Amino acid sequence: MSDIVLETRGISKRFGGVHALERVDFSLRAGEVVALAGDNGAGKSTFTKIISGVFQPSEGEIRYCGQPVSFDGPQAARAAGIETIYQDLALADNLDIGGNVFLGREIKSKFLFLPRIDRKRMREEAAKAIQVLDVHLDRLDRPVRALSGGQRQAVAIGRAIHWDARVLIMDEPTAALGVPEQRKVMDLIRSLKTKGLGVIFISHNLADMFAVSDRIVVLRRGVVAGERQVGHVDPEEIVRLMVGQ
Amino acid sequence: MTAAASTRHPPGSARGRRTLAALAAARAWIFLIVLLIVFEIWSQIAYGSTFLFSAFNIRSIAVFAVAPVLLGLGQTLVIISGGIDLSVGFTMGFAAVISAQVANSLGAVAGPGIGLLGGVVIALGATMIPGWINGVLVARLRVPPFIGTLGMYGVARGAAYLLANGTTVPVQNSWLTWLGNGRIIGIPAVVLIAGIVILIFHYALAETQFGQYTYAIGGNRQATLRAGVNVRRVTIILYMLSALTAGIDGILYTGRFAAGAPQAGEPLLLDSIAAVVIGGASLFGGSGTIIGTIIGALIIAVIQYGLVFLNVEPFWQFIAVGLVIIVSVLVDQSQRRLGGGRQDE
Repeated sequence: MSDIVLETRGISKRFGGVHALERVDFSLRAGEVVALAGDNGAGKSTFTKIISGVFQPSEGEIRYCGQPVSFDGPQAARAAGIETIYQDLALADNLDIGGNVFLGREIKSKFLFLPRIDRKRMREEAAKAIQVLDVHLDRLDRPVRALSGGQRQAVAIGRAIHWDARVLIMDEPTAALGVPEQRKVMDLIRSLKTKGLGVIFISHNLADMFAVSDRIVVLRRGVVAGERQVGHVDPEEIVRLMVGQ
Repeated sequence: MTAAASTRHPPGSARGRRTLAALAAARAWIFLIVLLIVFEIWSQIAYGSTFLFSAFNIRSIAVFAVAPVLLGLGQTLVIISGGIDLSVGFTMGFAAVISAQVANSLGAVAGPGIGLLGGVVIALGATMIPGWINGVLVARLRVPPFIGTLGMYGVARGAAYLLANGTTVPVQNSWLTWLGNGRIIGIPAVVLIAGIVILIFHYALAETQFGQYTYAIGGNRQATLRAGVNVRRVTIILYMLSALTAGIDGILYTGRFAAGAPQAGEPLLLDSIAAVVIGGASLFGGSGTIIGTIIGALIIAVIQYGLVFLNVEPFWQFIAVGLVIIVSVLVDQSQRRLGGGRQDE
């Protein structure tokens, strides 16, 4: 259990005079699901944005696969294998699954001398990526707006897997989904775990956290208020850490 | 259709829905065909002559359609990306005036060929200024496209009138007027030029990464940004392309009427937007095709030319085009309620 994929040491972030994060130490192993808990404004999203290259830390070090790294943008973090899945912002609804999985990295072929994007191959590759998650779609040429919430999550996750992500950051993946769809997403997270990905899971839902995570890290006002192994903690204690009593 | 899909709806209604959706998707074609049939019958009954099977009529409609098609090409891209370009009409006038003046003054010194070349290059180059400013306003400064391009509508209008000294600039360049009125193997040069531009735009939108990003930006700008696409750059190029098609349109207008008029594109702005919408694009962005816009522009051209041909009071054109727009949007909305459909390409 020493195969740490991602580690932060003493990460701080200040916006002007506001201290959004103070000396956050964090680690994530391959095949581990870590839930980030905390109230609004606790620093969860600032922290994940630093890991995913959206923000640069004011201080501290990020180590990825044992090497110190610094990402100058989300694209750099993605290229390295740190992928973020957003509930609402992940997909272009009017494109098909191929268009979404390959958005920004389209497969190209040639028509005579003209380059063109190869929609058929993109669809097939995308379908394979999603089949890995045990999700099967009956039609691949439809815009993803025609899919259910869980299927859409699968497309976003499939994209991450296809691009060899090793760390997946999931921001409220179950919000705005019906109960059966929530279960499907939980299953997806478990299958990511067995594939050896590290997952950082942000949720407001304690039941979800306890259902899929190995560990829960609680942030409060920009500092790590506590860290507990699931199985050795009850929800009340997590809530106490979150509100600071 | 596989078993998994048909379990969602009862089989009978699924087939009905698919038929309806297919009809809705093809509505622009259906409109056009119905329109042609109606005008043909009308013409046969009222005048005992054909409307459709006349080379003269077909050529006239094609020439009629060139102006809204060209404006509509750039407009299609901008609308798919979730924007709109209200400045195209006067960007067209701006280019019309510049091409007339350069063709005249340079042509007087260096001959009509150089005059034409200079007029085309300088007019198109000049349209890149309003196009680039529109793009920067929308992409970088996040000005709502409706407002930013409305401002440019005023600026381009004023600039065009100032350059033309408030009047229309007559053209003394035989090459430029040939461009507007000449024919190659029976096909008007303006139609051929429009055809080439159409092919290029269709290819760019349907087959390239640039086209895919145009759809993606209209579908979900945030997601496109997060996917690492240079959304700003694509958006700026879109508005520059819109200005470019307006510029080509302005030059062809100048050639056709042997005069560079600042108000050349004034009545065409709404026609261009109408062509895009009738062609199946959503004003909310994310959908639309070049072929759809061409059909939309042809519908407008057939109505306008056909009603004149049939001796109907010209004001009926506005009513007819307006009704087609409304019906088209209604069909579009009911289709969206049915959900799904194919990816727009």
